Amino acid sequence: MIKNKQQLPIPLSSSQILDMSFLENRARLLEIAAFIDRIERSADPDTGKADFRYKSFIEGVRLLLDDSAAVKTSRIQINFSDPTTEPIASAIKLKAHGAWSGETNEGY
Amino acid sequence: MKVIDPHIHMVSRTTDDYLALAYGGIHTVSEPSFWPGFDRCGVDGFRDYFQQLTVVEPARAARFKIRHFCWIGLNAKEAENTKIGEQVLAILPEYLDSPTALGIGEVGLNKNSKNEIAMFERQVELAAVRNELMLIHTPHLEDKLKGTRIIMDILRNEPRIIPSRVLIDHAEEHTIGEIKDNGFWFGLTLYPDSKGSPARAVDAIEIFGADKLCINSSADWSVSDPTATLKTVNEMRRRGHPDDLIRRIFYDNPADFLGQSPKFSVA
Ligand SMILES: [Zn+2]
Repeated sequence: MIKNKQQLPIPLSSSQILDMSFLENRARLLEIAAFIDRIERSADPDTGKADFRYKSFIEGVRLLLDDSAAVKTSRIQINFSDPTTEPIASAIKLKAHGAWSGETNEGY
Repeated sequence: MKVIDPHIHMVSRTTDDYLALAYGGIHTVSEPSFWPGFDRCGVDGFRDYFQQLTVVEPARAARFKIRHFCWIGLNAKEAENTKIGEQVLAILPEYLDSPTALGIGEVGLNKNSKNEIAMFERQVELAAVRNELMLIHTPHLEDKLKGTRIIMDILRNEPRIIPSRVLIDHAEEHTIGEIKDNGFWFGLTLYPDSKGSPARAVDAIEIFGADKLCINSSADWSVSDPTATLKTVNEMRRRGHPDDLIRRIFYDNPADFLGQSPKFSVA
């Protein structure tokens, strides 16, 4: 499915992609595992696990393994996104966190 | 390989960075107006900044045979102070008239607030009246998808805005398709660790094609890399993409988009 969607097909075979990028992505996977382990080892792991960023992150990991997600990258992007459509009242003192907090209007 | 970087904040970079651009074959750049990392306390701060963009940087770049263009606008981060914002809007035409100003940018949204939207709409109106090109900043991270959609709704509601004269920047995997469907140009920004990488930019090129696409470093005062475009050229070469495709993406495409302004020419 993703193959048919390509406008300019990647000129590499899958084994060439593995040769080129396996080691760096293996390292990235270990970084993710260590990040999750680190939260587990913290003084208050339950607080971290209840955080909207952690929950979004774990949902992203789940999407990574979901074969019904044809284009995993954009599915994971959408998973982190604010799904609302209305403008917020004010942006003063607000910043982006990388995951949606679940509050529809932070501009109080 | 010659490269044009259509989005780079040279006011925040050292002279050594100009040298690195020149060595790397980046001989033409365009610099949008943006947020300096703090809110300016009055319109005079913007005047100084626009003077820097239209006079100081072109001269600084010329020492290295680099041609420097700019975009003039009120960024979304400073749109919440509407009192200063109004004063800034009033002086934009004066600087848009300068010989190296290509259009209005980077303007758009940051957190998708009401004041940000109001200030953006005013600048869309100004672009329509003056027939200016536009370079659009989309929000980062969780705010990007929502903000990109609001921005496109506003642009589509202004019939005098022609989509092929607008580049919607900082596009990512989940926003590129909708931007293309609406006929706008899209920009892919390379960030060293927080957002897009050269590998993912090349993935996007493969999936979405090379039409109406510009790649930029968006290098500024934060963690960023003024030679990130060259690293992406290298990623394309590693994957075996042909030189004419690489040239099209990194040179012909930005020249085509920026060249819609009669003020633009390549070095
Ligand atoms: Zn920028």
